[in-house]
Amino acid sequence: MTVESKHWPLWEVFIRSRQGLSHRHVGSLHAADAEMAIENARDVYTRRQEGASIWVVPASAITASSPDEKEALFDPADDKVYRHPTFYDLPDEVKNM
Amino acid sequence: MDARFEYLLRLGDDALILGQQLGLWTGHGPVLEEDIALTNIGLDQIGQARAWLSLAGKIEGADRDEDRLAYFRTQDEFRNALLVERPNGHFGDTIVRQFLFDAYAVALHKGLSDSKDDELAAIARKSAKESAYHLRHSRAWMVRLGDGTEESHDKVQTSLIQLMPYTGDLFHSDGISEQAVGEGWGVDPASLRSSWKEVVAETLSEAGLDLPEPGPEQTGGRIGRHTEQLSYLLAEMQVLPRTYPDAKW
Repeated sequence: MTVESKHWPLWEVFIRSRQGLSHRHVGSLHAADAEMAIENARDVYTRRQEGASIWVVPASAITASSPDEKEALFDPADDKVYRHPTFYDLPDEVKNM
Repeated sequence: MDARFEYLLRLGDDALILGQQLGLWTGHGPVLEEDIALTNIGLDQIGQARAWLSLAGKIEGADRDEDRLAYFRTQDEFRNALLVERPNGHFGDTIVRQFLFDAYAVALHKGLSDSKDDELAAIARKSAKESAYHLRHSRAWMVRLGDGTEESHDKVQTSLIQLMPYTGDLFHSDGISEQAVGEGWGVDPASLRSSWKEVVAETLSEAGLDLPEPGPEQTGGRIGRHTEQLSYLLAEMQVLPRTYPDAKW
C-alpha cells in the first residue's frame, strides 16, 4: 500500500452563508468521496448555522498561481491607480454612485 | 401510571442511550471528520432525549426534570430498545446499529409529527430533520463499507447478523402503544416495520450486503428487561450526578 492510498483525498470547502452573496473558501478536509466531503463539511464548517450552500472541490483539481510569479502577475497593477473608482472626482450632481 | 409518560420514556431513553454511546466515540473516530460527525449525531440524540424526557417529567407531575429522569432511574426503569444498548464494538458495528435505528427513527418521527398532542408533534417535527440527516450519514457508510473492501464487507455483514435480532423492540406493540394509537397521540410500532424494511432492503442491496434470515427477535427493553451492557453504560453515565448531586458545570 502506498502512502497516498492510506489517506483520503483532500477537499477544499466553500460555503455560501445565509446573508452572503458568493461561496467563500472556509477550509479543507479529508473525505473518501464527494458525498462524504459534503457531509463532513456540513459537520465541520456549518455547525453554527454558517451555511446555506456547500461546494466541495478536490484540492488536486485546483491550479494555483506560483509565488515565484507574484511580481509578474500582480506588480503591474501597482501604478494603475485609475483602475480604482476613487481615482475619479465625481461631480456632486451624480447621485447613487 | 400514565401511558403517555411511559411512551415518552421509550422515546427519550432510546435517544439518551444512543447519544451516550456515540459520545464514547469522542476522540476515537477513525478520522477527525468522522469523529466530529459521530459526536454531532450523539449531541442531536441527547438534545432529543432532553426534549422527550422534559415532556415526560411534566406529564408525570412528580417534580422530576430531564436530569432527574436520566440520572436517577435504575436499569429496570429504563425503557430503551435493546438495540441501542448494544456495545459500540468496532466502527462497522456502530454504523450498523445507527443505520438500523435511523431508518426506524425517520419513520417514527414522521408518524409522530401528526400527533394530536401538540408538544409531542413539535418535538417530532424538529427531530425529523435530524433523523433524516442521521440516516443519510449512516446509510452512506453502509454502502461504503458493504461495497468497500472484502474486509469491510465481511465485518458489516457480521454486524448485521448480530444486531438484527435486537431490532424486535422497535416494532413491538403493547398496551401502551395501543392506547397511544387509540387516543391519537402516538404511533403503533408494528406499523413502522414495512417502511423500515423497505429502507433496509434497498440500502443493503446497494451495499451488496445480504439481509439476514428472519429469526427469533429479542424484546424486553420497553418493559425494563435489559441486557447486562446497559448497567455498564448507566454506571458511567450516572456516576457523577449521583456522587455529587448538586454539582454544577
